[in-house]
Amino acid sequence: MANNTTHTIEYQSLSKTLLILLFLTFVTISIASVQLGAFTLAVALLIACVKSFIVLSHFMHLKYESLLLRILVAMVFVLFALIVAITFIDYAFR
Amino acid sequence: MSQHTAHIEEHRDDEASKLGMWLFIFTELLLFGGLFLVYSIFRMQYPVEFRECSLELSVTIGAINTVVLLFSSMTVAMSMTAIQKNDMKKALLYIGVTLFCAAIFLVNKYFEWSGKFHHGLYPGSELMTHLDRGHHLYFSLYFFMTGLHALHIIIGMTLLFVCYFKVRKNTIHSQDYVLLENSALYWHLVDLIWIFLFPLMYLIS
Repeated sequence: MANNTTHTIEYQSLSKTLLILLFLTFVTISIASVQLGAFTLAVALLIACVKSFIVLSHFMHLKYESLLLRILVAMVFVLFALIVAITFIDYAFR
Repeated sequence: MSQHTAHIEEHRDDEASKLGMWLFIFTELLLFGGLFLVYSIFRMQYPVEFRECSLELSVTIGAINTVVLLFSSMTVAMSMTAIQKNDMKKALLYIGVTLFCAAIFLVNKYFEWSGKFHHGLYPGSELMTHLDRGHHLYFSLYFFMTGLHALHIIIGMTLLFVCYFKVRKNTIHSQDYVLLENSALYWHLVDLIWIFLFPLMYLIS
């Protein structure tokens, strides 16, 4: 009986994922030395989000998981975004 | 009595144990998420101090550790592929490489931290207590967050060590590898946290 239903990801596809992640790391480091003001932080965070999305979808194979699990994971990030937003609103108006 | 075939019901639900692992990962994400929130509030209040302190960290060591962790994340994913393809030798090799990368990460961390300790900079030290608020907060968060992350590295290594021996003993194999899968998920989580820690701690401009 096949209890394991996990999708097999080929070696090649995994090494391609790594190359993309390394490239994005390189971009993060080189952008830090350029003076973009407040933009620098936004760009760094945006790249970090893209990187974590790639890790979640490919390395943690969420891409091939059930819809239920994918929604659950998305909800955790929505929850965190809400916590951040509410805390910042609190700080901005006190 | 002929043709008596024993039917053994195996109580196993890999989907459920994976879901359980994910639920645990959610709590970990929120734990670190809370710390990142504390970090961002104080960084907004003390932007100059945070910038000054981050210059004390070596971007080179941070970058090397980032590459090492990303690479180890790939090798642990490859060990899963190998197990699924019933290639035990490769699975052992990839778990071994992952453990080696984890050790490199910790050695780098050791040199980084001991450098700070030599300058008298550690939680509760005389120098720390005499720093002004902004600097004090940065280094407290630095030690706490990277320290908690390093603790997760050690836990991840322990899990992967167990997997290594179970693959060798053939208790993890191509039909039953959920322990390796969950340990790999944990290892990716460690990588995920570092993806945010590195730019936020080391690269402040």
